[in-house]
Amino acid sequence: MNIAGFVLAMQGAVTQGILWGVMVLGLYITYKILDIADLTVDGSFALGGCVCAMLVVTHGVNPVVALIIATIAGVLAGAVTGFLHTVFEIPAILAGILTQIALWSINLRIMGRSNLPLLKVDTIVTQFMAVTGLSQSMATMIIGIVFAVLCIIGMYWFFGTEMGCALRATGNNEDMIRALGTNTKWSKMLALMLSNGLVGLSGALVCQNQKYADVGMGTGAIVIGLAAIVIGDMLMGKLHSFGSKLVAAVVGSVVYFIIRAIVLQLGMDANDMKLISAIIVALALCIPVAMDKWKIKSSYTKGGTN
Amino acid sequence: MLIIENVKKTFNRGTINEKAALNGVNLHMNPGDFITIIGGNGAGKSTMLNMVAGVYPIDEGVITLDGEDISQKPEYARAKYLGRVFQDPMRGTAAGMQIDENLALAYRRGQKRTLRWGITREEKELYMEKLKGLGLGLETRMTSKVGLLSGGQRQALTLLMAALQKPKLLLLDEHTAALDPKTAKTVLELTEKIVDENNLTALMVTHNMKDAIRLGNRLIMMHEGKIIYDVAGEEKKKLQVADLLKKFEEVSGGEFANDRMMLS
Repeated sequence: MNIAGFVLAMQGAVTQGILWGVMVLGLYITYKILDIADLTVDGSFALGGCVCAMLVVTHGVNPVVALIIATIAGVLAGAVTGFLHTVFEIPAILAGILTQIALWSINLRIMGRSNLPLLKVDTIVTQFMAVTGLSQSMATMIIGIVFAVLCIIGMYWFFGTEMGCALRATGNNEDMIRALGTNTKWSKMLALMLSNGLVGLSGALVCQNQKYADVGMGTGAIVIGLAAIVIGDMLMGKLHSFGSKLVAAVVGSVVYFIIRAIVLQLGMDANDMKLISAIIVALALCIPVAMDKWKIKSSYTKGGTN
Repeated sequence: MLIIENVKKTFNRGTINEKAALNGVNLHMNPGDFITIIGGNGAGKSTMLNMVAGVYPIDEGVITLDGEDISQKPEYARAKYLGRVFQDPMRGTAAGMQIDENLALAYRRGQKRTLRWGITREEKELYMEKLKGLGLGLETRMTSKVGLLSGGQRQALTLLMAALQKPKLLLLDEHTAALDPKTAKTVLELTEKIVDENNLTALMVTHNMKDAIRLGNRLIMMHEGKIIYDVAGEEKKKLQVADLLKKFEEVSGGEFANDRMMLS
């Protein structure tokens, strides 16, 4: 194997992992804090990318402004799911699927076609390279780290505030926090909006990094995100502070993309990666249950001495 | 204080499971009243508390608290006035959050949740003090997750949380029913202490007739969604369990007393 090519592939994987890590942070809000699986992310990730590409390519918008607008688009997508879920009491999973499917058509409308390359236009990466004189891979990595760190700090702060605490409590014990005067519909809505805002931002960052947006770029994002959270948990599960859990989510994402790069380097088909992701997540969800059952069974056969 | 006028509630109306839970309940509470509520299964005790708390909308009638009609207010909006402890120790606290975080959530009951920090240093001292008052040693475990506490400890914490921001009305819904007798006794003593110290107005549902007689200044008995007996003051103090049993048998045609009430 070509060593230089391998190193380059790994560096690319780390960068990609960090950029997707922002999406994983968003997913962390719904999956871990709110305790719901929000399937909007597949759509809102692509939405972020498509909005960003459309703005930069068609309208010549500044790439940083495009990131902000893509984030807002994600927030709105989250609001739609939140609206369906809280006001009309559609189960969260179904509400997310509905928004996701709707976004597929919307994303096609936004771009006017199924993919849009960012050729010969400024991106946040090229701008940063021009200012600092860094190589493209270094510039992308630094940008990724800056965004991931800012998101982690922002989340750490927010979930420590009164509003953030109420949101955590909503995921923990909805009855309790409602009895303490919080409108849990609003907190769920807020969580879905924040979450999908981060997902949209991540989609826009990935779009500017890979220099194209594709209507299918978000497909399977939720599984990638869950796999990243699970991997992060396995690697850093011993750490209990909230901040370290957020870092673990991003680390999990990086490790996921490194595994993916290795698998690809070994000559596997990229299309099989979704199968592998699904297996990772399924195993991570199955193992604790199987372990418990095994423990109960073995303690029974040992005569309850445990 | 709390005035309940002709409140009716039917669950699953128009279906085979239709159940008239409240059939025109009327109750006038005076400030400082500590009312214990007894009655058989399905008498409407918990439903009445849930109607006051706004868990479900009422079908008919008016609920007024301190002159304000709260009948149509959503549950979270009524929370400002109400402290609540539930039968299930898991329901009143957030298991995945720390003891001090739970207290901080309760300290802000009914207030707008802002972007200020969720818990301050001065608060922590206050919580330390309050937890010491429980006498369960929880003051040394402020940053432990509540999920690590026993049912009794969680119930004691929930009580503390309910009174942390003085409520206009404290609702206790069989809050000792899920505990073992010894823990139940401790939690009940704590209830008395907290109600006394804060001079609270309270409604307590219980299955234990002795407790119902011993605690509070007023006792009501419910049957088939109505209040059928309301006794206060000296008359209540003189009550015996046998009197209550007799009363029950009168209204239910003799077949009332379920095992749980006889045994407790």
